[in-house]
Amino acid sequence: MFQVRFHGRGGQGVVTAAELLAVAAFDEGRHAQAFPSFGSERTGAPVVSFCRIDDREIRTREPVMEPDALIIQDATLIHQVDLFAGLVHDGYALINTSRPFNELGFEDSLASFRHDRLITCPATELALEHLGRPLPNAALLGGFAALTGQITMKAIDTAVRERFEGPVGERNAAAAAAAFDFVASKVKELARASTD
Amino acid sequence: MLRQIEGSKAIAETVALCRPEVVCAYPISPQTHIIEAVGAMVKSGRLAQCEFINVESEFAAMSVAIGASATGARAYTATASQGLLFMLEAVFNASGLGLPIVMTLANRAIGAPINIWNDHSDAMAVRDAGWIQLFAETNQEAADLHVQAFRLAEELSVPVMVCMDGFILTHAVEGVDMLDQETVDAFLPPYEPRQVLDVDDPVSIGAMVGPEAFEEVRYLAYLRQRDALERIPEIAREFTQLTGRESGGLIRSYRTDDAEIIVVALGSVLGTIKDAVDIRRDAGERIGVVGITAFRPFPSEAVRAALAQARQVVVLEKSFSTGFGGVLSTDVAMSMRDLDFDLRTVIAGLGGRAITRRSLEDMLKRANDDELEPLTFLDLDHDAVERERERMRKVRRSGPSAENLLRDRAAFSSLPRGGGA
Repeated sequence: MFQVRFHGRGGQGVVTAAELLAVAAFDEGRHAQAFPSFGSERTGAPVVSFCRIDDREIRTREPVMEPDALIIQDATLIHQVDLFAGLVHDGYALINTSRPFNELGFEDSLASFRHDRLITCPATELALEHLGRPLPNAALLGGFAALTGQITMKAIDTAVRERFEGPVGERNAAAAAAAFDFVASKVKELARASTD
Repeated sequence: MLRQIEGSKAIAETVALCRPEVVCAYPISPQTHIIEAVGAMVKSGRLAQCEFINVESEFAAMSVAIGASATGARAYTATASQGLLFMLEAVFNASGLGLPIVMTLANRAIGAPINIWNDHSDAMAVRDAGWIQLFAETNQEAADLHVQAFRLAEELSVPVMVCMDGFILTHAVEGVDMLDQETVDAFLPPYEPRQVLDVDDPVSIGAMVGPEAFEEVRYLAYLRQRDALERIPEIAREFTQLTGRESGGLIRSYRTDDAEIIVVALGSVLGTIKDAVDIRRDAGERIGVVGITAFRPFPSEAVRAALAQARQVVVLEKSFSTGFGGVLSTDVAMSMRDLDFDLRTVIAGLGGRAITRRSLEDMLKRANDDELEPLTFLDLDHDAVERERERMRKVRRSGPSAENLLRDRAAFSSLPRGGGA
């Protein structure tokens, strides 16, 4: 089972993001379960959602306690929430920021994690470029596909277009594809750096 | 067709396939998405020949459902928590009058302190209200139970409440094999009321009944619930024949064949319990699970048969009777009269506290070592409770305990407990 925790702020669409990932995994014939952190959330407040993907029926209903991957929609949460709580040691993190990971101040606390799996991606910038609105959801899912290989870019593309009709779907899909390429090249770069 | 769909949406679409003629509801979390979706289907015409009635309260919602049902309409509503309490008088009336209303209860804790999260306090508060109460383990079962609920309610003229865990199921997006209209029509015939308000054939429904007949009216209601114990498994079998899927019934056993310890529970927590049981099984412990789908009528004989060989029965409940202990435990104990076994009650998940597999595993291990107390509160912060007790001992005006505990938690804990944020 692969477990993902999404962090964002109320209104940024963490619930939609988890749902889109679940739908994409379902479209690829896998079992998936997405659910929010069940709060009385307000716009701007820190919010969490979860997605599980497995090849067999998912029975558990507990919150994701030990995520295999984190998707962080808002880098300003870093000073407010224990974002990396429970992340498994070979886990992935995709953080929405234009700054590189080593500038975020996690070098020490995350020293034992695999740094080739902790990636930042300027998803908001990509969303502004392709969508014209600062909604990084679809872009982050594209980045997630490139980072983890748990889902294909094609499935993300289909799920995004199913969810958002017409031009909005087109633009979100374009943002997702751009983020996929960005993260894919970054992953390659880090792999080269570690073999050098 | 198998679809990846939010629980609430799956319920709304399934209810629509049941061709309700009147839907009336007042929104309350976590029921809201169900009602919004049904309302949208009525408005768009996808759910035709149905009137969606906006009401000003839950009391009005149930009252309208009663009126609609009495005129021979198939009536549906949904609520949760405080909403259920607000409609309580009408909830008793619906069953007392024998009107086959179907209601979804998106289980949520009851305040105060106000809490919008899941537990079973609301369902338990109305366990004696005369409704049939069915509990769903998954969104698939929740959807399927609604179709069975209309059939059962209308056959017996008894209202049915389908209980599904608020947020945990209502807001979860997972695979649900959605029924089609043809299948539902084949399973659920048009509503043939036993009693109907008809200007051409006038009757009076809701007469004052004095001591001369009240007990008999109640006894008849008891017999109808006894009948339901027969019909619930038969209807579930028919459903399986039609769909190839097992949903509903009275109880469901998991790995109980050689079990010395059996955990009994209601609703969605059964999934997490099964995962925990698999792990303890791997460690050589003979543990099984019995999930109760029909809580009212309580299937005493089936429960007794399923638990008969167990040395220890652990009843895990998301509610409790404050001045006593387990609610479901009491029913299990009554069903097990004269049998030699140890009964343990575990109260868990109150007000949405996450029930984790790890906590369940620890609890099961203690049960296996005969170390479980008769009444255990899973993951209770005893230190925080003791600090508040100490404050109360020291000062007369110690203030509101709920607020004190929140301050205490902020001071003593850096990590979030439970559902994430």
